[in-house]
Amino acid sequence: MKPTSQSHRLDQMGRIDRNRPLTFTFNGKPIQGYAGDTVASALLAHGIHLVGRSFKYHRPRGIISHGSEEPNALLRVDRGAGREEPNNRATVIEARDGLQVFSQNHWPSLTLDALEINDLLSPIFSAGFYYKTFMWPAKFWKKLYEPLIRRASGLGEAPGTADLDRYQHRFAHCEVLVVGAGPSGLAAALAASQNPQTRVFLVDESTEMGGSLLHDAEAEIDGQGALDWLEASLATLASRKNLTLLTRTTAFGYYNHNMIGLAERVSDHLAMPQHLPRERLWQLRAGRVILACGAHERPLVFPGNDRPGILLAESIRAYLNRYGVLAGQRLVIATCGGAPYQLALEARRAGASVTLCDRRRPDECGPELGLAEAAGCEILTATAIVGTRGHDRVRAVQIAPIHGAPPSLPRWLECDAVGMHGGFTPNVQLYSQSRGKLRFATEIDAFVPGDAVQANQSAGACRGIYDLDACLLDGWQAGGGTHRTFVASPRPGGFLPGGPWEDATGGEKAFVDFQNDVTSKDIGFAVDEGFRAIEHVKRYTTTGMATDQGKTSNMNALGLVARKLRQPVARTGTTTFRLPYTPVSFGAFAGPHHEAMFDPVRRTPMHGEAEAAGAVFEDVGTWKRALFFRREGETMAQAVAREARNVRENVGVFDASTLGKIEINGPDAGAFLNRIYFNDVLKLAVGRARYGLMLREDGHIFDDGIIARLDTNHYHITTTTGGAGRAQAHLENYLQTEWPELQAYATPVTEQWAVISVQGPRAREVLAPLMTGMDISRAAMPHMSVRTGACCGVPCRLFRVSFTGELGFEVNVPADYGPMIWRAILDSGRGIAPYGTQAMHVMRAEKGYIIVGQETDGTASPADVGLGAMTPRSKPDYVGQRGLLRAEMTRPGRKQLVGLLSLDPAQVLDEGAQIVRHSRADVPMASLGHVTSAYASPNCRCAIALAMVENGAARHGETVYVTRPNGWSKVHICPPVFVDAQGSRVHG
Amino acid sequence: MLLIDCPYCGARPEIEFRCGGEAHITRPAPEAARDDESFAQFLYFRRNTKGMLAENWWHVHGCQRWFHALRDTQTDAFAATYKIGATPPDLPGSAS
Ligand SMILES: [Zn+2]
Repeated sequence: MKPTSQSHRLDQMGRIDRNRPLTFTFNGKPIQGYAGDTVASALLAHGIHLVGRSFKYHRPRGIISHGSEEPNALLRVDRGAGREEPNNRATVIEARDGLQVFSQNHWPSLTLDALEINDLLSPIFSAGFYYKTFMWPAKFWKKLYEPLIRRASGLGEAPGTADLDRYQHRFAHCEVLVVGAGPSGLAAALAASQNPQTRVFLVDESTEMGGSLLHDAEAEIDGQGALDWLEASLATLASRKNLTLLTRTTAFGYYNHNMIGLAERVSDHLAMPQHLPRERLWQLRAGRVILACGAHERPLVFPGNDRPGILLAESIRAYLNRYGVLAGQRLVIATCGGAPYQLALEARRAGASVTLCDRRRPDECGPELGLAEAAGCEILTATAIVGTRGHDRVRAVQIAPIHGAPPSLPRWLECDAVGMHGGFTPNVQLYSQSRGKLRFATEIDAFVPGDAVQANQSAGACRGIYDLDACLLDGWQAGGGTHRTFVASPRPGGFLPGGPWEDATGGEKAFVDFQNDVTSKDIGFAVDEGFRAIEHVKRYTTTGMATDQGKTSNMNALGLVARKLRQPVARTGTTTFRLPYTPVSFGAFAGPHHEAMFDPVRRTPMHGEAEAAGAVFEDVGTWKRALFFRREGETMAQAVAREARNVRENVGVFDASTLGKIEINGPDAGAFLNRIYFNDVLKLAVGRARYGLMLREDGHIFDDGIIARLDTNHYHITTTTGGAGRAQAHLENYLQTEWPELQAYATPVTEQWAVISVQGPRAREVLAPLMTGMDISRAAMPHMSVRTGACCGVPCRLFRVSFTGELGFEVNVPADYGPMIWRAILDSGRGIAPYGTQAMHVMRAEKGYIIVGQETDGTASPADVGLGAMTPRSKPDYVGQRGLLRAEMTRPGRKQLVGLLSLDPAQVLDEGAQIVRHSRADVPMASLGHVTSAYASPNCRCAIALAMVENGAARHGETVYVTRPNGWSKVHICPPVFVDAQGSRVHG
Repeated sequence: MLLIDCPYCGARPEIEFRCGGEAHITRPAPEAARDDESFAQFLYFRRNTKGMLAENWWHVHGCQRWFHALRDTQTDAFAATYKIGATPPDLPGSAS
């Protein structure tokens, strides 16, 4: 395909590099441009205005701005699979070789969009149409209306594949952050960075610093050309080591306590990004923020104001001066102020014919009138545009005299581009995000910053100062500069407040919000229908929503609402500006935190050993735990049965390293634990251990584990795997805030110890040869005791404890010795096999040992789970003591722990299943409780279950029913112990 | 992202901390909590202040110390932080 020529590109002017041509594609068609172009400027250079279809009506839309406020020109950028992004603004996408961009929201094509019919059907799409039109019948909504609406309206489509790019996070601090590097921001940075001790950040969202100076080529500052002044200033700034300059960086969020989120686009503009990340998200904490964010130009609201080729006047200037693109040869400028007269002069000089339609009467205008006339512009004062023509591009505008002008019939003016100027809107978005209050300035028809709430200060156009010299001085002073004035060329001024005006009745739609297709009529309807608050009008009409957050539309919408309500804009108020200022990619927020980096994986010291032994792992919190050890040809059930039987008949080895471990030291360690635990801890002798329960103040079970006393003032306690962090926090809270007088210290040591549990009748026989410095004989080391010594020469804390009901030990050695000791134990006799968490669960259920969080759900008391016997007889105070006395805790009929045996021994119940008295009762029927644990027990050779059942302790022997997906299981309630009810084996 | 002034470490970002709710709630002595009313007050009832509130904060990813903070629940502005056991500092303009 032959590229179309750059028919609108000038030979001179602009900051593009004509020696570096480039080619990208738009809807597959090659487009040529130069280094320094944006996609928008290159398209305009080719005379291409039509770049998209509107949200609801599918009207042809073009580029209207030159910056990030662009509501219309949203394109999909395709950099290959996994690198597609919808809704990019053509005005900020940098053109580069190989770039592929596509228009959105049309079918079958951009120039022929079948859904343009919506424009004719528009009565049904008026304000609130979603709420009114598709409400009946209800069942049509999901199947018919919603898919239809979703297809017909909308912006780009979300990509369907994972993002392949890399994103970085950075954190930084500075004394002064300057947002925006226009004249005010540059002056502020120059002043603030004079002191080399002051760390200053200057950030700007554009590709280069300078803001409006970049297209104010003819302006002069202090006797220099503006661009020369800019270059000199940037050289000064670059030489200062205390200054960080970031271009392509958007300050998108103003968070609490002066934390600013910055999105830096690092490599999208590079054809070969090499090793660079795509974007970098900065979290910058600033002592003081100087907001020099400039102002957005306000469109005029007139019928057909959305035709491609109708741009903001200042943007036409930017395309001309910054990119060497003359948007139209026959230019009409519609204005209510003096600002665009500068464009008129510049466009004239570039060879365009210019007609100015100024709302103002001649006596309301200034010297700009004479200057433009002298330059050969046609000037029509007291004139407004009341209609436009053209499909893909504006071809003519209809103009009519207004207020006080001699009446005449509207007439048509041929044109190929229109610049509109409805005043400027100070960019107060970040200020507003910082919770600063706004004040309405009637003379400029805009909200400006009032009193700041956080440490920030606005400077220049974002607080309604538009003259160049004043902007420079305002920035300089905001930056702390003194003893300096600036001399700069004056800008054409004058402005007629009170807009937007509706000069034509009937006729075409006049758009207020281009992105959401909201017209002036819609705003009128909303007010007619009773919406008074601006926030309600916003939601009802959707004005000011979506990706541009109403940057170009808010003030016009407000003006219309205020006029309709016959009240001042100040009283109408403004909507909340939400972050982000411009869209930020999900990737930037995620940064490196995805895939393996999403959450840390915790592996026990013996992970490698388990892996080598065929372990299948499960996730327990962030831990990887061996679920079972598969042998050749085994199913999981077979492996678990083998492991569990081996423990009861022989000896098994289990990795218990994930258990939380906390050391308690200090003269008051015992007293402290006595208050923390439900149990009586004071009576615990040195060398002995005890099962302990921690409660919350309300009396409910919080965590459980072993309390072992190593020495007079030295305890080693364990917690559940998942509760380790919680328990440590609990201890610290009480130690520091409730009982600071206690001299006790809690040190988390979970990762310091590898814990190898050796369980089974042969456990002692296996361990005895490995242990030195301790006597582990039956007489010397009874059940629930602790000894210190060495295992294979390695320092060791040995606990005689059991979570299986068998004779058992837990060997604690320093973590790094874990694998060696694990191997030594497995090699120290025959028939020793590792077992996983599933077999552990089965065996503890066979014994009726609870798991906190499985049998208990945060509402169970010790008595509920059969541990009421632990209730201390004489303890003055412990956490949960008073809570246990609450009426609810002693109420008869509470759920209690029971065992369940299915009549069908092969029927493993569902955990969480409900239990009822009769299977044939009427639904809904009362639930007696629920199944908490259910397993096939290899040692009982039947299915077993634990459950919490109302009055369960008194129901042993009863037959009840348990829900199944397709019916019921008939079960017997029994005591929650299925193996060794006397509990003699642990003492073996 | 709040900037919280740990009395032991200095100003650190919010993500290092955990808020422990309203401060200066006295855990009743066992005898004092005999009646349901006073125990319920301790266990369940909080001021839910709109404005300046004394809170417990824990520098969990830092020095692990608990401390108190006076925070305006409306604006998130921290007026002061102080150690456990210290009395709340007098704030300019505060009634008490
Ligand atoms: Zn700290």
